[in-house]
Amino acid sequence: MRTSKPARAAQYVALAAYLVFLAFPFAWLISTAFKPAKELGSLDPTWIPHNPTLQNFTQAFDEQPLLQAMTNSLLVAVSAALVAVVIATPMAYVMARHRNRLARAATGWVVISQAFPFVLIIIPLFLILKNLHLINSLIGLIMVYVVWALPFALWMLVGYVRAVPPELEEAAAVDGAGKLRTLVSVTAPLLTPGIVATAMFAFITAWNEFFFALVLLKTPEKQTLPVILNRFIGTEGVADLGPLAAAAFLATIPSLVIFALIQKRITGGMLAGAVKH
Amino acid sequence: MTLATATKRSAKQQRARRTGDHAAWFLVLPALIPILVLSVGPLLYGIALSFTDAQSGRTAATQWVGGLNFQDLLQDTLFWDSFRIGLLWAVGVTVPQFFLALGLALLLNQNLRFRWLARALAIIPWAMPEVVVGIMWRLVYHPDAGVLNETLANLGLGEGRDWLTGTATALFAVIVVGVWAGMPQTTVALLAGLQNTPRELHEAAAMDGAGAWRRFRTVTWPAIKPVALSITALNFIWNFNSFALVYVLTQGGPGGRTRLPMLFAYEEAFRYGQFGYAAAMGCVMVAVISVILAFYLVGRLKGGDES
Repeated sequence: MRTSKPARAAQYVALAAYLVFLAFPFAWLISTAFKPAKELGSLDPTWIPHNPTLQNFTQAFDEQPLLQAMTNSLLVAVSAALVAVVIATPMAYVMARHRNRLARAATGWVVISQAFPFVLIIIPLFLILKNLHLINSLIGLIMVYVVWALPFALWMLVGYVRAVPPELEEAAAVDGAGKLRTLVSVTAPLLTPGIVATAMFAFITAWNEFFFALVLLKTPEKQTLPVILNRFIGTEGVADLGPLAAAAFLATIPSLVIFALIQKRITGGMLAGAVKH
Repeated sequence: MTLATATKRSAKQQRARRTGDHAAWFLVLPALIPILVLSVGPLLYGIALSFTDAQSGRTAATQWVGGLNFQDLLQDTLFWDSFRIGLLWAVGVTVPQFFLALGLALLLNQNLRFRWLARALAIIPWAMPEVVVGIMWRLVYHPDAGVLNETLANLGLGEGRDWLTGTATALFAVIVVGVWAGMPQTTVALLAGLQNTPRELHEAAAMDGAGAWRRFRTVTWPAIKPVALSITALNFIWNFNSFALVYVLTQGGPGGRTRLPMLFAYEEAFRYGQFGYAAAMGCVMVAVISVILAFYLVGRLKGGDES
């Protein structure tokens, strides 16, 4: 099909508008992060800093317990991602391969939980964790994040399991391999790329999460990066834009890098799940 | 396959299924327990709480109060103001999000140069922590150091304003951020739908002299309609339940102009300690949203039959 020249030109103009809309806030964040205090105070801000500086970054680490927050976030996100895939993979296998009531109920939960009202969940969750003495505890937060990452993890993993032909497992069974042996030595290796992508996605979900962390973590030395970033605004007001931008920029890098790595798989996984359900 | 092996196989499969059920429980249990304890359980517990006078830090035992919380809620004009703002926000974000995402998806489905760039940039809003999205747009909207006022001034479009703290502009300003943040995901879903559209059908329609709009109406739209319906329904729910973005941008201000129901319930529960009352708010939110969604989906599906 041919598109006429004016139509093509209009398409490029529209695409350019989208590119600007998508990119300009992030460009501004970076610009602000590298501007010295003097330029930030100027009433005539520019896109490119005249004297770019790293001062905002050092200042950000001085003002807030950023290093501690990063360590907490990393610990929570890595643990939650690992636990989530370890428990989700067997369940996804059952959901993909079996057609019993259990599998149907699990699928139902995955769909409904997409629409879960956090208000209704958070209060009971707070009370339950309080009884377990897991308020203001990273362990408690990890547990919440595991369950919170499960629906999407299951959704993706079910798609990946379905992509493994059952004939392969049957062939292994014919060769005399037991059920467990088949799972471990035939199915699991084929699932590995999917499991890795799912774990990475769970990592991003936990790394980015704010609401549960805000409610469940009380003291600064326990808080994760998004909560500390929010404290930046609350306590320092408008005065310290530079360090705020610098810290926000740093907090974004892990998510962006990992997401760039797995983008194709995420969209693929989303669709695989969507088409087959 | 001969008949004999076929029957042998199915008998074997049946046996496998029976032993498989036990194995299935074993495989499911590690995920099932956390799901029951930390997801299904809390949901039911939350519904139960809404019929009690539970408060934080109280020593007296919690008591059942029946529908009292819901009666109070009916009279609570602040809550219904917040609810109205929540609906405005959810519709205000979901609708432009859909049309902008549809436009971008249609463009990305064309053979344009720089498509890869759009795909790469779309990662940014999608992967970014919501708190950072909020901080970033605070910098954009900043009255003195922000790029928006600076650009407007340079274009001669008048004096800058304080977008997030002005009562007239705050809700609009946060809605723009909501649209920006959710667009990529919607785009990807719609793009996937577009790529499933049969190309031959498009070409046949073009041969018959159908213009771009007719081709979209008769070929493209029917193909992407299921995806479009489900993604808008999900977006609506997600947007209505959203918290972090607006909390970081305005904390619900100025004067409650952007106080979404989630922010309201959060304050009620964790600032004032009214657990039971806040849980009742949650129940009302879920109920109203379910009804709206049911009407939307039924209406849309019917609309499809007529056209």
